[in-house]
Amino acid sequence: MGTYYLPHLKELEAEAIFVIREVVAQFERPALLFSGGKDSIVLSHLAKKAFYPAKIPFPLIHIDTGHNFPETIQFRDSLVEKLGVQLIVGSVQESIDKGRVREETGVNASRNALQTVTLLDTLEEYKIDAAMGGARRDEEKARAKERFFSHRDEFGQWDPKNQRPELWNLFNGRKHIGEHFRVFPISNWTEMDVWQYILQEQIELPSLYFSHERDCIVRDGVILAHSEYITLKPEEKVDRMTVRYRTCGDMPITGAVLSSANSLEMIIEEVATTRTTERGTRADDKRGETAMEDRKKQGYF
Amino acid sequence: MSIQENNQLLRFTTAGSVDDGKSTLIGRLLYDSKSIFEDQIEQVKASSEKKGFDYVDLSLLTDGLKSEREQGITIDVAYRYFATPRRKFIIADTPGHIQYTRNMVTGASTANLAIILVDARKGLLEQTYRHSFIASLLKIPHLVVCVNKMDLVDYSEDVYNQIVADYEAFSSKLDIKDVQFVPISALKGDNVVERSKNMPWYEGSTLLYHLEHVHIASDSNHIDCRFPVQMVIRPHTLEHQDFRGYAGRIDGGIFKPGDEVKVLPSGFTSRIKSIELNGQAIDEAFSPMSVTMTLEDEIDISRGDMIVRPNNQPEVTQDLEVMVCWMNQQALQARTKMILKHTTKECQAMIKEIQYKVDVNTLHRIEGVSQIGMNDIARISIRTAQPIFKDSYRRNRQTGSIILIDPNTNETVGAGMII
Repeated sequence: MGTYYLPHLKELEAEAIFVIREVVAQFERPALLFSGGKDSIVLSHLAKKAFYPAKIPFPLIHIDTGHNFPETIQFRDSLVEKLGVQLIVGSVQESIDKGRVREETGVNASRNALQTVTLLDTLEEYKIDAAMGGARRDEEKARAKERFFSHRDEFGQWDPKNQRPELWNLFNGRKHIGEHFRVFPISNWTEMDVWQYILQEQIELPSLYFSHERDCIVRDGVILAHSEYITLKPEEKVDRMTVRYRTCGDMPITGAVLSSANSLEMIIEEVATTRTTERGTRADDKRGETAMEDRKKQGYF
Repeated sequence: MSIQENNQLLRFTTAGSVDDGKSTLIGRLLYDSKSIFEDQIEQVKASSEKKGFDYVDLSLLTDGLKSEREQGITIDVAYRYFATPRRKFIIADTPGHIQYTRNMVTGASTANLAIILVDARKGLLEQTYRHSFIASLLKIPHLVVCVNKMDLVDYSEDVYNQIVADYEAFSSKLDIKDVQFVPISALKGDNVVERSKNMPWYEGSTLLYHLEHVHIASDSNHIDCRFPVQMVIRPHTLEHQDFRGYAGRIDGGIFKPGDEVKVLPSGFTSRIKSIELNGQAIDEAFSPMSVTMTLEDEIDISRGDMIVRPNNQPEVTQDLEVMVCWMNQQALQARTKMILKHTTKECQAMIKEIQYKVDVNTLHRIEGVSQIGMNDIARISIRTAQPIFKDSYRRNRQTGSIILIDPNTNETVGAGMII
């Protein structure tokens, strides 16, 4: 007779798979929001496991800001082919061209806020009633109170004061017409859990996560990749640096860290000793103390 | 921080108000276990300064939403994470005010352990009784009573012993198996992570040591085999043409290939052909594993059905006696129709009768009530439109729990434990 307990990664995996299966059982048109980042890559890996030997029974949705790292797009396309799933791309550029949103101007201009409109438009166009995302509660304080099944009204808004209580593993996905859900199967994972799981399962990642050389600038203490989307300030200069990324957002706002970690083992070692949160490298969260909460209320994740 | 992969996961809940030092205790656990990052500390320092404090208020680490910070209170359940080389921890941080009983119940529903905070200067209060009652009602297997603010009573052994004696006298009336006591000062750090030099009379373990070592492997039911079917997997591909797998999470017992099983409600029996996940065979499946099961015979099985052992079956019934915690502004009256969710099954239900309400502070029964309001705990009788495969909550927290959903608003309005 063995000992009947699961190691924590197995328990987190079992919980996430249960949630993903509940989504498929309870909703008509679910989808997985795929950012190209490690969390959504882990999520698609879990989805594959949940339904094997059947294929993943929902599409991946990628909101393309047009400012993505080219590595992210290449990776996305090859993953979609391997999994044999449908890919839906919502384009922020199209939203701008159609006049749905107006591009920010100035040196710190970003398309981060604009993607909320494109996301909501895409969900509506494809009549998605449950959009799964790789957000985790340990990422940011507004996310610490997020549910697994997060109810959104017909405007896609999150009402933190009026959330449904979530008990045991009984998830309530009932909704009125026009409303939808955001679902976060890896809510209870930490950054360390994600990395350990990637190592355990040998999950492939975009090269951005591993140490490489790149032309960078330093702006407000954040190391940014130099790209066509960046407008240099007069005092800024471009340097060649050895960096890697801890998250994968848009090129102009995702900060890199100086690192020589080029294997999963080295990254885990680095994560274990690091002293800032991964979102600490995101310029979009530095727009105020409640930046994330405010964006969430409007329908951003 | 841990870089090991085979740690156990312990989920615990902390109930208490700001005055108990609950947020400070959590801040202390996170800080001393090095789970707090520089940018988080910077934010907290800045907020402390902005508020005019001359110290870094660790409790700010756990304050989430804008409206909460403005009011200085916690509204909702917040989840926190930390890890040590031995275990990974998930804290369900719930507010302690009486109007937040529903949040406490929510946090307690998935917890292995509850921390009850007692202010050493004040001794047991109404809310101590309330938190303990909820922990016992929700069958949290382990309880730790932290006698906090020992620094403010000169680390007095007598004060501590008196509180322990009072608590033991009171808790004998509750259904709690495992209670531990730890004298601490969350503010000063005594006996939280580091052993206190101020209380040499205390020979027990620190709070963190206890959290790391408490035996939780037996918390799940490994006796009564219960497998509620979430969905049926049919690939419809040439390679897996005849594959018909039942996807779900084990809610009790240990399943093995070759076992004889019975399917509810149809009553058909068969044998387990395989248990797998992602094409990899599993020799033994137990709670809380998510698996895909195949059977020797082709039987019509769908979501909401349950696979069990022929010689150990749950009760199949349409009548439930339930302790319910009411979670909605709209009060509940008898004869109301609701949607009921139990494991993977969902059906209509009628609230037949409200038996009595429980005063959560005194544990007294209040008979003859016509309705139950937000944060009330009451015993009710329910009639379901379809048979439910139930165990008592005491026996199995998964197959013994239900939620009630208002069919008009779709909100989750009640959490129930089957008696």
